[in-house]
Amino acid sequence: MTTSFNASLSSCESAGGLARAAVSRRGLLGGALGASALFGLAACGGGSSNIPGQQQSVAGGGGSQEYTGPNVSLAFWNGLTGGDGPIMRKIINSFNTEHPNIKVTMTAIAWADYFQKLPATVSNGTAPDVGLMHNDDLATNAARQVISPLDDVATALKLTESDFVSIAWQGGLYQGKRYGIALDVHPAGFFYNKNVMEKAGLDPEKPPTTGDELLQQLDTLKSKGIQGWWVSPLTVGDPVLSGTLVYQYGGKMVNDDGMTVGWGGAEGVKAITFLKDFVDKGYSPKNAGSGSDFVSFSNDKSAFFIGGPWNTTPLTAIKKLKYGASPVPNIGGQQKTWSGSHQFVLPRQTKPDQNKQVASRVFINWISQQSLNWADAGMVPARNEVRDAPEFAQKGLVTQFAKEIDYINFVPPIPGVADVAAEWTTATSNAMTGKQSIPDALASGAERANKILAANKKKYG
Amino acid sequence: MATVLAPPRAAADVGGVSGGGKLRLHAWWTPYLLCAPYLVLLLAFVVGPAIFGIWISLHDWDFMLPRKPFIGLQNYKDLFDPSSVIARPFWHGMRATGIFVVGSVPFLVLIPLGIAVLLNRKFRGRTFFRAIIFAPFVLGIAVVGVLFTYLLDPQFGLVNGFLGLFGVPQIGWLTTQPWAWIGLIGMTVWWTLGFNTVIYLAGLQEIPAEQYEAASLDGATALQQFLHITVPGLRNVLVFIITTTVLASANMFGQSYLVTKGGPGDSTRTAIMVMTQEGLRDFKMGTASAMSYVLALCLALISIINFMLLRERRAK
Repeated sequence: MTTSFNASLSSCESAGGLARAAVSRRGLLGGALGASALFGLAACGGGSSNIPGQQQSVAGGGGSQEYTGPNVSLAFWNGLTGGDGPIMRKIINSFNTEHPNIKVTMTAIAWADYFQKLPATVSNGTAPDVGLMHNDDLATNAARQVISPLDDVATALKLTESDFVSIAWQGGLYQGKRYGIALDVHPAGFFYNKNVMEKAGLDPEKPPTTGDELLQQLDTLKSKGIQGWWVSPLTVGDPVLSGTLVYQYGGKMVNDDGMTVGWGGAEGVKAITFLKDFVDKGYSPKNAGSGSDFVSFSNDKSAFFIGGPWNTTPLTAIKKLKYGASPVPNIGGQQKTWSGSHQFVLPRQTKPDQNKQVASRVFINWISQQSLNWADAGMVPARNEVRDAPEFAQKGLVTQFAKEIDYINFVPPIPGVADVAAEWTTATSNAMTGKQSIPDALASGAERANKILAANKKKYG
Repeated sequence: MATVLAPPRAAADVGGVSGGGKLRLHAWWTPYLLCAPYLVLLLAFVVGPAIFGIWISLHDWDFMLPRKPFIGLQNYKDLFDPSSVIARPFWHGMRATGIFVVGSVPFLVLIPLGIAVLLNRKFRGRTFFRAIIFAPFVLGIAVVGVLFTYLLDPQFGLVNGFLGLFGVPQIGWLTTQPWAWIGLIGMTVWWTLGFNTVIYLAGLQEIPAEQYEAASLDGATALQQFLHITVPGLRNVLVFIITTTVLASANMFGQSYLVTKGGPGDSTRTAIMVMTQEGLRDFKMGTASAMSYVLALCLALISIINFMLLRERRAK
């Protein structure tokens, strides 16, 4: 075992050399190659995916075979600090029961801190064995060599694009190599409060499906003295809400080439105008606080909001609340919605432990097959066979979110793509509070965001 | 013999106790030894990283990337080049920090002084009130932040609910200016005034009671006593309080981060928040380090001016 691993190490060097020759013209992998020289062993996977045998050097068939070695414990880190955490823990408990020689311990850290801590643990050699990441953080962490490629897992398990929601499968790739195995997609959906709709004389089983229907219903609610949908200037920049509208009006949060944002022009203006009208027409209070769409909804003060499926767990926990969820109404003309995706990743180990590497792969494979239970957290399983199983149809509201998978949208896999979110937040906040006109706020925000993308392009190569 | 002939100082230097020298129990290096634990920590966790930070600020630095190109003073130039990506967020952050310092320091210096003078008198329940005033300070910013997010919520918040009883129209705390600043400064004053109060109290107890006695015998009013005995007696305490309060306010982070999320717009995004975003979220540690050096330089200047203004003026 050790011998073959060492052998693969030496091939790693030449792999790096080959890749350098292949891509040097655009200097694409310049950073990654430098690292393989520096970090040697661990960065080996960063060289090239075209060298057979290299990644299969981690035995255990990439998780397709059972782990039969001595007892190991695996650290599994993620940002599931909300209602989704307990459900993940339940799944892990059953994994531990089924695999007496593997003990997975889960640590949940708020996402923002998680992405700050994980690189530090990688650089001092204490990285967890398995991690969870959003698709929009995957490229950044791949480029920064926080995570290792895991093409071998996909190959060994004979997983292909046709097994997954296509965009989620694609979302696990960075520069042609696989870094993430998709667990779920979690698109934005439309939440409606049945009590409030009934009170206003609306049919609580008929949520709006178009922008016109939505505005009619908001008007009806207003005539009954109900502000139907609260929009806060502090959180209107949440891409779950405003990103969905930008996509519907034909824009993008970040254009596919990763060089520019797609909200600086008319598409973004239409999206924010639609939301600002809520305030101007009295569908929303003027200075709603952050998160007040959820708070007002759960207290039967408002009727609608657009949010992610993670809202289902806390909302269902409120006993007196009667609500439903449906695909987002088509407001902008194109039926589209924002979505994220949780992906399993393998943080880079400076001192890889063979047994743990095999066990990690067994764990990822197992949990990917068991993702039906993860649907209890409202997350739509990325694996097609899981969604096609008859049990999935019994899972409740998550099936509503699953209806959206043909028109979900991701940001492109560009390192540092999340850095422009702050510009969108500031620009939309300035637009909503009237500090700047909507076109001015978005245009100047987009100009800065594009500069950030250009600087990132230079930094990550 | 030799010991007797040696000069006393030399004897003391080797820790000798004989001869004509005074009794000294230490070698020349004893003071250094006693300082060593502190010095080691200071060098390892303050001076070392500070010098390393200068080095970082001269690079396009991401600790995970093997390529960290040296770019000289470019990061600093960018901070002063209005067309660069980082200049605007940084100077907006500096402006926000400046507004917060100017807005919060006077209250944090004067209100605790008044409270300390009151709490220094003898009355029933004095200890209780002293404890109550200090109590908020022991809370973490996370607790205070969540608390005030609810209190200041425009629609559901207790503050607007209370003001509403008197017919005050709904105020957009946290979402409109200047109310966002007023809210943040108010919560900061409530949260931290206990610390300054305790320092003032300690200072007040140092002032000899005889001075007040003598003054009142001479017919000085309470105000005159305050101005001519209390304030001069607290001069050193004041220097300390103003300096630490300015620095603490300039480091404001949690309040904006948790309560206003830097908004509305970017109006309450402080310099520290900008640096956190730049260095620890976007992993541009070179520019973030440069920003922190510019901020540190500004604070050093302000501290020096503060010392100059408040130093004791000797009678000519």
